[in-house]
Amino acid sequence: MSNTTLRRKAVSSLFVGFCALSVLLALVPLALILFFVVAQGVQALNLDFFTHMPRPVGEPGGGMANAIVGTLILTGLGSLLAVPVGIMSGIYMSEYAGSRFAAATRFAADTLNGVPSIVIGVFVYGLAVLPFKQFSAFAGGIALGIMMIPIIARTTEELLLLIPGSMREGALALGATRARAVFTVVLPAALPGIVTGVVLALARIAGETAPLLFTSFNNRYFSTKLSQPIASLTVQVFTYAISPYADWHRQAWAGALVLVSIVLLCSLLARVATRRLERMHGG
Amino acid sequence: MQSKDLRFRLGTGAFALVLILLVVGIGVELTRQSMSSIVKFGLNFWRTQTWDPVVGDFGALPFIWGTLYSSILALVLATPVALGIAIFSSELAPSRLRQPLVFLIELLAAIPSIVYGLWGIFVLVPAVRALEVAIPSVLRQLPLFSGPPLGVGMLAAGLILAIMIIPFTSSVAREVLKSVPLAQREGAYALGATRFEAIRAALFFARTGIVGAVMLGFGRALGETMAVTMVIGNNPRISASLLAPQYTMAAVLANEFTEADTDLHIAALIEIGLVLFVITLVINGLSRLLIWSMARSSTPRAAAPLAEAAA
Repeated sequence: MSNTTLRRKAVSSLFVGFCALSVLLALVPLALILFFVVAQGVQALNLDFFTHMPRPVGEPGGGMANAIVGTLILTGLGSLLAVPVGIMSGIYMSEYAGSRFAAATRFAADTLNGVPSIVIGVFVYGLAVLPFKQFSAFAGGIALGIMMIPIIARTTEELLLLIPGSMREGALALGATRARAVFTVVLPAALPGIVTGVVLALARIAGETAPLLFTSFNNRYFSTKLSQPIASLTVQVFTYAISPYADWHRQAWAGALVLVSIVLLCSLLARVATRRLERMHGG
Repeated sequence: MQSKDLRFRLGTGAFALVLILLVVGIGVELTRQSMSSIVKFGLNFWRTQTWDPVVGDFGALPFIWGTLYSSILALVLATPVALGIAIFSSELAPSRLRQPLVFLIELLAAIPSIVYGLWGIFVLVPAVRALEVAIPSVLRQLPLFSGPPLGVGMLAAGLILAIMIIPFTSSVAREVLKSVPLAQREGAYALGATRFEAIRAALFFARTGIVGAVMLGFGRALGETMAVTMVIGNNPRISASLLAPQYTMAAVLANEFTEADTDLHIAALIEIGLVLFVITLVINGLSRLLIWSMARSSTPRAAAPLAEAAA
């Protein structure tokens, strides 16, 4: 073998080695983050965390019951806004895929998806906080909803486009209107996938902090009023993390563990569901 | 029946319109709310370095500097790794490993920013501090490494941002590489190319899309808020040093918005939000344009039969 060949082979092996190393370089931080969140979080996580209110500084114990309820309310409000808008606009994008307006919508969805979440927070502050001179759960829900809409819209569009055209054509051939064909045949066929997409969007949105900082703000007390500021897991973790108190740091880790568990669980569920769907459609 | 179809089209179209209205609405609303700051400071807002809410003097240059510095640093650190991952998971890894690998990398994107921040404060920052202490004194003379080793600062922010954008860049780059016709690689191998040479040819073929993928990561880094806020040190002072605590546009919004008590202060903050919005709009738009033009130019029609034959 000539020298050049040897050199070329060496370069090639080096390159393959670098690519494998890159994977390790990304997996090490992932492992470290998961390790610390689990190791630190488990120490502080107990039943009290879910059922008790935060205690004042200096008193050990307590939990984040109000923040957990707050996060549930906020994500619930967000989905209430985002699921109808997202699914309906997804239907439009797939049904009229060739039209200019659909292309514009698609572009808007991708743009909205790339807008930093803190900017969404600023926008909703002007929209729903300033006019009422009041931070509110309502405003936080709107902010989260705006972030969910483009995700759900694009997922719905993609999944509807996967449904074989023959199904829609069959319905239309039987005399169904377009609306009927979509709502009784095409949409139900894609529904499991869309539900998966919504769950994934929920998981992502439950972990958002920045858009809540000046919309739903925070609340030390238990509140379910939509017109009042409300606590959330993420903002609470932020407050605790930058505080100087060791006890609050422990609580922050516990909150992080809960957040990461939600995300992991949803991702795994979605993965299992997607696989089953793929098999069903003979993919 | 036609009228029913029209009603369906208009009905779903109205929801689709919401998406467009939201994007336009964000731009209009942020401009409207920041008008007093735009009028009062004009271009000086972007040229001056004093940020003094008490006096009512607002110059945003330190935040722009910090945002660009941290994002570019993250880009430099993340891009080779992200491309390596994309290549490994689309070209090199055994096919059984690919899916789990992609799943793990995408988990990095699923972890909430606040969790990165918490981990950053208590794990990464002490590690960075140890690293900074170990920098030899010769290097400490350089502006890049000047200042006391605090741990919090630009280096920690760049590192955490790099970890956070890797999954975005690598997943788009992987899709782009997948869209390169198989014939490209087969041709290279047939000519006796090594693996590296064949992949290099594919990368060259996909270069526009790859640049798009990298820019998409950049867009993510520019707007990332919580994790950066928690580790960058939040000091509005321009410095070339990796060790110096600095500030970003997103971080100043997160920290000062609820505490701003004058209208001008709020307007100035909203103007920062407006510019952040415009910058990410442009970067994301450009990157999608590149990825899209790449997808179009690789003529899937010619490649499809080949791919099917190979499968």
